[in-house]
Amino acid sequence: MEILLSLIPLLPLLSACLLLFWQPKIATTQVIGVGSVSLAALLALSLNIALWDQTQFVLQTSLGQWLTIDKLSLNFTLYLDPLSLVMITIITCIGALIHLYSACYMKEDADICRFFVYLNLFVSAMLFLVLADNLILLYLGWEGVGLCSYLLIGFWYREVKNSQAANKAFIITRIGDTAMLIGIILIFYQFDTLNIQQIQAHSQQLLQNSELLTKGGAGIISLCCLLLFAGAAGKSAQVPLHSWLPDAMAGPTPVSALIHAATMVTAGIYLVARNMELFSLAPDVLHFIAIVGVITLILGATSALAQTDLKRILAYSTISQLGYMFLALGAGSASAAVFHLMTHAFFKALLFLSAGALIYCMHHEKDIFKMGGLRKSQPLLALSFGIGCAALASLPMTSGFFSKELILEQTLLAQQPLLWWGGVIGAFFTALYSAKLFFVIFFGKLNRPSTHNTPRAMAAVLIALMLLSLIGGIQPQGVFAHFTALEQSQIPAPSLSALEHWLPIILPVLTVILAWFLFIKGVFTPDSQPSQSSVSIKQQLERFLHSGWAFDSLYHLILIKPFRLISKYNHRDIIDQLYRQLERLSSLLYRQLSRFQTGQLRHYSTSLVIFCILAIAWGLTL
Amino acid sequence: MIETTWVIILSFLLFAIGTFGLLSRRNLLFVLLSLEIMLNGIILLFVAASNLHGNNDGQIMYLLVLTLAASEVAVGLALVVQIYKQQQSLDVDTLTKLRG
Repeated sequence: MEILLSLIPLLPLLSACLLLFWQPKIATTQVIGVGSVSLAALLALSLNIALWDQTQFVLQTSLGQWLTIDKLSLNFTLYLDPLSLVMITIITCIGALIHLYSACYMKEDADICRFFVYLNLFVSAMLFLVLADNLILLYLGWEGVGLCSYLLIGFWYREVKNSQAANKAFIITRIGDTAMLIGIILIFYQFDTLNIQQIQAHSQQLLQNSELLTKGGAGIISLCCLLLFAGAAGKSAQVPLHSWLPDAMAGPTPVSALIHAATMVTAGIYLVARNMELFSLAPDVLHFIAIVGVITLILGATSALAQTDLKRILAYSTISQLGYMFLALGAGSASAAVFHLMTHAFFKALLFLSAGALIYCMHHEKDIFKMGGLRKSQPLLALSFGIGCAALASLPMTSGFFSKELILEQTLLAQQPLLWWGGVIGAFFTALYSAKLFFVIFFGKLNRPSTHNTPRAMAAVLIALMLLSLIGGIQPQGVFAHFTALEQSQIPAPSLSALEHWLPIILPVLTVILAWFLFIKGVFTPDSQPSQSSVSIKQQLERFLHSGWAFDSLYHLILIKPFRLISKYNHRDIIDQLYRQLERLSSLLYRQLSRFQTGQLRHYSTSLVIFCILAIAWGLTL
Repeated sequence: MIETTWVIILSFLLFAIGTFGLLSRRNLLFVLLSLEIMLNGIILLFVAASNLHGNNDGQIMYLLVLTLAASEVAVGLALVVQIYKQQQSLDVDTLTKLRG
């Protein structure tokens, strides 16, 4: 079983190396690229079956030693417990489906081999991230994921826009990564170990006997948590480090599905969930995380409402769903967050892949208002979009419903009514924009007919994901058992009032009906605005929301502009001036000294004689 | 026997003449000659000193410096010949190729 575990991350890595050095033909590339990840998925599923009836299990396997310095000893050890089992199952299964889909989607691209190298490497890095038993190995996977996302976003690097998007993603996540690395170093300073399990055990001890925790120690732990959360916020696109995600849609659509919906952005959630014991030592930080989550989810949902680009709508919705997960984490319920992570991975992968198929069928048209009335010609896509949007809007009995309910319930149980209202408002907007997305594309009048049909491999993947989105609400037992002990100790469990219980259930249904009237029946169409003043306000609001609460302009104003100003004034480097003066002094000396070298023999002899006379005279006077 | 003082005065005179020649002559050949005169002045001083103290080391030093001067002249003259072949001139004021 240990061999199975170590094979799971190594298979994609091997196939990436193989493809990189061999560069085979297209058919072979597809087989190797898809096959390796599918095999890893099968292995992960078999592990699932083998460990199905166990709720508490730990599986460890070592791939060798990394380094040993004084107190620090690091191994390439893989650590499997319920949480990481859920993660690797999501990553490999969704990853395999997306690989299969992209084998079809990218088959006309000349660089398909490079594409599969990046995808495999990405899956491998992500698996190392979730299976790591120490923080440095986790950080290795973390950086690998960041690198691959950079490479994949800028996959079509010949367009400047794509390279810029890749740079933006890399630089913004790097801000978070740097903070995270500092956090890891501080953790080592505090706990003398980087092994995640030892850190958790130690934190639990501190939690139980709080007198062991000194005041300075508590401060350092809070700082560690804050820094780790900064890393998580960068990766998982939380305010204020979220602005890379919408631009990251420059990559190929399967990449958006794999990286920016299903796996990479969940790394931040995983990091916080994995270190939940440590975070529970710092309740203020948890509260902060919840607030950031709520701000992010409202920002994402309202911004998604104003977008017209299909992929950007989905990107903002990802941001807002990640906000929900952080809200759950902040409320102290890691299991709810991981549960939502799982269902979100299903339905967001479904939505992205449907969007990819739709864009493919519509001949690379991404503006939803240029589509319309497609439900007759694309029944499969209409169905898959319908299911995906329903799950996103958390209509009852879809997978998204169960997980979002759980998050809102946990928020209330954590005595945070204000955050709960934020979550409910976010749910309202989520339902509104997902209904809008669905109605605008598939209802209304037919704007332009589709040019292609969905290829069969894509259709198969979509059907598999549809099933997962519908029945994915089955809760993973292990994760719950893993976290319940921790959660029950904190929460006194009050009962919910009727309003609090029923509002989240009824709200999405009402909102979808509202959206039907707004966008299809034309009660509130964008074109027929009577009064002039309200138009300008509405347009301003729309522009504000369209730019994602104008964060890009804000960064331009407070970071890029001052930086450019400084660089303009410091065009001739101030530090360089010192060295330039040194150089000037030596050249001055050189010029003065070279004057003595006249080349006149008689000058030399004269100076020689004069020197001798002076020397003798000096000797005589002594 | 000549008074040692006169010998010393002569040697200083020779040295001064040599120095004057070194500084004032422009022909490279005469510069070399002046150097020889300066050397002779010095050697004379050695001999006079050895005579005064009754120590023969000064005489030996004379032989040493003489051979040195001979070899120096040999090398110097060879250089002078080469310089004249290349530059067609022995005027030290025009030979300023080493100016910095």
